[in-house]
Amino acid sequence: MADGIRDKVVIIGMGCTKFGERWESSAEDLMVEAFVECLEDAGIEKKEIQAAYLGTHFDEVNVGKAALPLSITLKLPYIPVTRTENFCATATEAFRAACYSIAAGAYDIVLALGVEKLKDTGYGGLPGGAGRGVNSFMVGANMTAPGMFAQLATAYGARWGISMEKIKDAMAHISAKSHANGVLNPKAHLRRAVSEEQIKAAPMIAYPLGLFDCCGVSDGAACAIITTPEIAKSLKRNQDFVKVKALQISDSSGEEAMFSNWDGSYFVTTRKAATKAYEEAGIENPRKEISMMEVHDCFSITEMVTMEDLHISPKGGSYDDIMDGFYDLDGEVPCQVDGGLKCYGHPIGASGLRMIYAMYEQILERVPEERQVKNARMGLTHNLGGTPWMNVAAISIIGRD
Amino acid sequence: MTGICSYGGYVPRYRLNRGLVYKAMGWMNPANIAHARGEKAVANFDEDSITMAVAAGIDSLGGIERSKVGGVYFASTTMPYKERLNAGIITAALGLNAHIRAADFSGGIKAGTTALLAALEGVESGGADNLLVCSSDCRMGKPASPQELIFGDAAAALLVGDEDVIAQYRGSYSVTYDFVDHYRGEFAKYDRQWEDRWIRDLGFDQLVPEAVNGLLDRYGLKISDFSKVVYPCHYGAARKKLNKTLSISPEAAQDNLQAEIGESGTPHSLVMLVRALEEAKPGDKILIVSFGSGCDALYFEVTEDIRRMKDRDGISGCLARRADLDNYTKYLIWRDILPGDAGMRSEEDLWTRWSSLWRTRKMVLGLWGTQCKICGTPQLPPQRVCVNPDCGAVDEMDEYCFSDKVGHIASYTGDMLAASNNPPAVYGAIDFNGGGKYYFDFTDCDLDALETGMPVSMSFRRKYYDQKRDIVGYFWKAVPAKEVKENG
Repeated sequence: MADGIRDKVVIIGMGCTKFGERWESSAEDLMVEAFVECLEDAGIEKKEIQAAYLGTHFDEVNVGKAALPLSITLKLPYIPVTRTENFCATATEAFRAACYSIAAGAYDIVLALGVEKLKDTGYGGLPGGAGRGVNSFMVGANMTAPGMFAQLATAYGARWGISMEKIKDAMAHISAKSHANGVLNPKAHLRRAVSEEQIKAAPMIAYPLGLFDCCGVSDGAACAIITTPEIAKSLKRNQDFVKVKALQISDSSGEEAMFSNWDGSYFVTTRKAATKAYEEAGIENPRKEISMMEVHDCFSITEMVTMEDLHISPKGGSYDDIMDGFYDLDGEVPCQVDGGLKCYGHPIGASGLRMIYAMYEQILERVPEERQVKNARMGLTHNLGGTPWMNVAAISIIGRD
Repeated sequence: MTGICSYGGYVPRYRLNRGLVYKAMGWMNPANIAHARGEKAVANFDEDSITMAVAAGIDSLGGIERSKVGGVYFASTTMPYKERLNAGIITAALGLNAHIRAADFSGGIKAGTTALLAALEGVESGGADNLLVCSSDCRMGKPASPQELIFGDAAAALLVGDEDVIAQYRGSYSVTYDFVDHYRGEFAKYDRQWEDRWIRDLGFDQLVPEAVNGLLDRYGLKISDFSKVVYPCHYGAARKKLNKTLSISPEAAQDNLQAEIGESGTPHSLVMLVRALEEAKPGDKILIVSFGSGCDALYFEVTEDIRRMKDRDGISGCLARRADLDNYTKYLIWRDILPGDAGMRSEEDLWTRWSSLWRTRKMVLGLWGTQCKICGTPQLPPQRVCVNPDCGAVDEMDEYCFSDKVGHIASYTGDMLAASNNPPAVYGAIDFNGGGKYYFDFTDCDLDALETGMPVSMSFRRKYYDQKRDIVGYFWKAVPAKEVKENG
């Protein structure tokens, strides 16, 4: 009987570039930058890496297909390297593949690296078309990501009878909080404090989402080196380890998109994945036991409903927690402690690993006091790739014993 | 008895006040003040002659079993395709049987009545039954031209058969001349015309009477036998003169809708005929004349069955459902007269893979999904494995048409980032009454007026235009309205 990933693998090193509009840096530059930091942190040599996974999403505007961009850029010596792609969960998939290959006993030390170079498109927002197949433009609505997720707000308001004004208040608080966290983080893309009033007055992108309800579109890379607890012990005597407590993914079944029971106001997948992740990690009360989170705040409304879908805020009741500062840096369960997708930035294929990096550096208490989460023992990361009605939700929980 | 068994009409939602056009362009051609009264109907940015014909066709087929339709004749001078049967696209969009005859009629703008005659005579000969004649045009005048003010967009559809006839076909008379009042060459985008006085004095004044008198003589009729005489002529003075010459009484002269729609080209006499049929009584005789490279004159007698037509939108229903297009430059962008910048996203390559469209044609053109035979769940796109988690049956599907279903808005947005010639791009989730859901573009609506729960009906529209390969792609969009009725 399978018993999950809990405590079977250890993260011995991580690296993450500064995210942002890295006009001077290629995807290769970003990979090297993240890898150098990670290898140094792990305290191993490159030749000890036995297998690697590369996460990238938009191959058309990025590094192309296959895993060769990673093996060739880092000059990995003829080891198995595999590319993973699963929308915004792409980097988490690379991390998962690395963790499972260690847990399976196939390898001792494995690298997972996610990279995305998005700022060569020539326009704001994500590139269009990619990932939906050659026929989608014939039958799909003329949608962009903000418009797909904006519909959560109209459906959520209808489901719970909450006015758009109130939803906009909560969304503004969410974005203001992430901006405040981003200001403190030198590696974040957007580092300017923005008030809730400024947020609400911003130009409309997709009703009811304004400019500040949308996350940064950034270049960046992040990576992790994974090993067994035994090898970690031998490499890092007398040091704290960050262990993987849960890895869960849930993919839409088509039910949300085509069957009428779902009302468009929440993520079925996130709810399923969260329940399984807590079970895998042995968490009974996430509201008390999770120390901090990095959730998929591609848009402020996504964060708002995700707080409920992760079973932390009551269903239909995230408004009170958000406005009470429950998720602020000095709140009970700080969320987007590094600025989140909103301000740290969102290079699709790197984001999952960036989130794990944020939890990892908090757990190891490596961040300056001004942004250190108190008693940061258990961190949750969450990616949501696709659309509210057809998506992949990925949850990782990592922690210190 | 052969004749018209049903009618349908379509006028696009947007109306452009001619004063607004004159205000923008009158400086260049001040004499256009003569044409600057009233408003013209303007196809939305996602409409063309095919989509308008489909809309009129849907209206005409209300309450009629679509499997009964034996053919589709499409008449237009502004067909999106020179090669690719335009009537074939309409046939698929209307969800009709594939084993029928379809044809495009074009050339002169009397092609609408010519298609109608071909259908009537085809049914009369016993060679076909229930032929659907659709006609529409979307003709353009250059900015500052008289045609820009005069022309409007509309469509009409008539089902021709020999059962349940509402207007019996009694006879016709045609004249054909190479009289070039208007023309467009092979690559012309805009209409060109010769001098108005010549068109009036030689064209309308001589050719219309030739056809009308030819018909009256052939069947031994007097003009006073007709309760309505339908002929297109946007020149006010010429109409007065013709009515006098032909002794058409003011009550019998069917209004030409110039103030509400404009001269719609190929469909115009049929649009006027539909309008006349909306008010016709059993026993009424109607004379309809077209004009363009000659004339066709047709004569109908209305039957008791006209009373069945009450639920049609017709032309009157569409005229009531209007919205101002209060922006002349928007009209120029919609018709691709003014090159606007819709941003780099709009330059994405939209390459139609014909083999793939062939496989998916039922959904793309007809909005067909599937319905599970085991649990009854309708689903879109078509599925092989049932989406109902409590069912999951494999390959137990029937075809299920969504285009005639109504639904309601489950969620929506207005997107300023999406490339569009009519921003914001409005779209959202539609839950169909009876089951099934899909994310559609919305059209003919204003973002501010939308609410979740609002009803929608489906409309066949242009989905994209591939400029590089000159391909118009079509799909269905949702039209929100306070009240909707099922198509069909």
